[in-house]
Amino acid sequence: MSDIYLDNNATTMVDPAIVDAMLPFFTEQFGNPSSLHSFGNKVGMALKKARGQVQKILGAEHDSEIIFTSCGSESDSTAILSALKANPERKEIITTVVEHPAVLNLCEYLETEGYIVHKLKVDSKGRLDLDEYAKLLTDEVAVVSVMWANNETGTIFPVEKMAEMADEAGILFHTDAVQAVGKIPMNLQDTAIHMLSLSGHKLHAPKGVGVLYLKRGTRFRPLLRGGHQERGRRAGTENAASIVGLGLACEQAMEHMEFENVQVKAMRDRLQEGILAAVPNAFPTGDVDNRLPNTLNIAFEYIEGEAILLLMNKMGIAASSGSACTSGSLEPSHVMKAMGIPYTAAHGTVRFSLSRYNTMDEVERVIEAVPPIVAKLRKLSPYWGENGPVENPEQAFAPVYA
Amino acid sequence: MWDYSEKVKEHFYNPKNAGAVADANGVGDVGSISCGDALRLTLKVEPETEIILDAGFQTFGCGSAIASSSALTEMVKGKTLDEALQISNQDIADFLDGLPPEKMHCSVMGREALQAAVANYRGEEWSDDHEEGALVCKCFAIDEVMVRDTIKANNLSSVEEVTNYTKAGGGCSSCHEAIENLLTEEMAARGETFVPAASGKKKAKKVEKKKPDLVEIEVPGAVPAAAPAAAKGGLTLVQRIRKIEEVLEAMRPALRADNGDVELVDVDGKTVYVNLVGACSGCQMAAMTLGGIQQKLIEAMGEFIKVIPASERPAA
Repeated sequence: MSDIYLDNNATTMVDPAIVDAMLPFFTEQFGNPSSLHSFGNKVGMALKKARGQVQKILGAEHDSEIIFTSCGSESDSTAILSALKANPERKEIITTVVEHPAVLNLCEYLETEGYIVHKLKVDSKGRLDLDEYAKLLTDEVAVVSVMWANNETGTIFPVEKMAEMADEAGILFHTDAVQAVGKIPMNLQDTAIHMLSLSGHKLHAPKGVGVLYLKRGTRFRPLLRGGHQERGRRAGTENAASIVGLGLACEQAMEHMEFENVQVKAMRDRLQEGILAAVPNAFPTGDVDNRLPNTLNIAFEYIEGEAILLLMNKMGIAASSGSACTSGSLEPSHVMKAMGIPYTAAHGTVRFSLSRYNTMDEVERVIEAVPPIVAKLRKLSPYWGENGPVENPEQAFAPVYA
Repeated sequence: MWDYSEKVKEHFYNPKNAGAVADANGVGDVGSISCGDALRLTLKVEPETEIILDAGFQTFGCGSAIASSSALTEMVKGKTLDEALQISNQDIADFLDGLPPEKMHCSVMGREALQAAVANYRGEEWSDDHEEGALVCKCFAIDEVMVRDTIKANNLSSVEEVTNYTKAGGGCSSCHEAIENLLTEEMAARGETFVPAASGKKKAKKVEKKKPDLVEIEVPGAVPAAAPAAAKGGLTLVQRIRKIEEVLEAMRPALRADNGDVELVDVDGKTVYVNLVGACSGCQMAAMTLGGIQQKLIEAMGEFIKVIPASERPAA
């Protein structure tokens, strides 16, 4: 039996057709797209086509609003640092406590540089409070950066509304949409979103290519200066093969948008129902009624996520966890902490993220495999008795380190 | 993914002695639920002999936490309490053929559970002095608490000093930014300003004024000021070798404390070939140990000496 890959929010398989489309750009189509001769010109035409394909999936008004970058993180850093450079008198940033480290760690660094970072809190389901947000929209704020959908729980934020609120207050709005593109239909020309980050490898394109969408007229300061590539907004010779791959990936994602929201969602829902029916003391995290169609995050109480993943991996099932151990940090996932999930559950969170390449048969196999794994680990757990958690688990076992 | 040894995997997939021991008379609960690792060790001790008849564990934690717990129970069974208390966290890690640096705390937790369980059996109060911070240096598994405490205790003011005192930053050097940030904070706390070392060759100037020793060992007769007089041509080869042996002998206790050792293989002019043996061989810190030996030899001989692993000695 082949292995089952349910970690598509981490990265995705490159579609074979995309690999085929890219290969010529490693061999005969090696020209520099900036060159005048036909070697370069053909590559230049291929990039133009890819730019159009990305424009289409984002619903951007102009193809010149698409800037190719090396990854989602570069797009995030470019957007936020550009907004700060372009508005030197404004020293505040608004973001959320549940952002990806690509945004959060940059913001924490900017704090050491004297910027004030407002991190919007979330409730127990991972939802934002827009009243809190509205109060922070002052003339001191240079940029708002809020993710479109959360990578761990799939929870979707109302970014279109939030962008409008920022725009009305005269503030730039950026969204990290690396998890959302290809799963949520978008038409950016009808929104007030000024900047958006996209990552190729989250939608079956290769790693090492991303996009920064920059609405025409948005004040911009490049991160990388040098050559005139990307109209002088991102210097560096284009990663031609990957850009071509990303273009085709966007076209394919458009074609599969409905499949993603119907069939993939049905598999995700079946997975959730199947696991929760068989495993006691487990619950889904995040805003389950308003999340990405492919994402399921379950907290298994009283056991630890890395141990779950290792046992799943042994059975050929790939997923990820918000436990401290999987990341080598001392704390469980900041997203779980922000939602107030207790430590005994936060360390046992497992994220299953599906793609259009999964099948219902695979989902049934996972539903079979997970309950015995959880039971095995609970047998080892000091919080677990014969048939359930020990009484008053927090008191019955309360180890404390200084 | 972590690079777990086969032994770790074996103890994780098929843990030994899982579950609480019936009629346990020693129980140790340690760990931190916020960090995601906690362990209850139960022991059944024969009162007359203090021999551990049975041991069991219950662990909330990752693969290496479960493997370390399993290893611990295997190691202590049949030992007396005093024998068991001799087990160090390194022994637990060695039993498992090593743990990744980020996971060494799992072996520390095992050792602490043992101390707690023994204290519980003896009716003593066990309090741990365990403090754990975020990992700063991944090469040598040095955490933030250790770096901060060392900066405070020794009034350190440069990354080089932190490296010399704690080893942190002595490997790949990617953590130098983090160390500089800690220095900035700790120095600000004592009213000083951190001044980063200049880049490139200029760096050497700053460290001149203070020479903290890598390995803190007193070497008899190693008074650098007096040594130069006798150096260079003054000694016969035999005398030189004897002197080198003396230096190595003086360093031996420290190396043996870490289950390692050093042996002299050859002396060729200013080049000294040595073999690191025991725990030193293959140790990530071998290069630093050699550096420490070299420094001691330079001081004792009053001349520049190069210490090279014997494996790199050109064939005769």
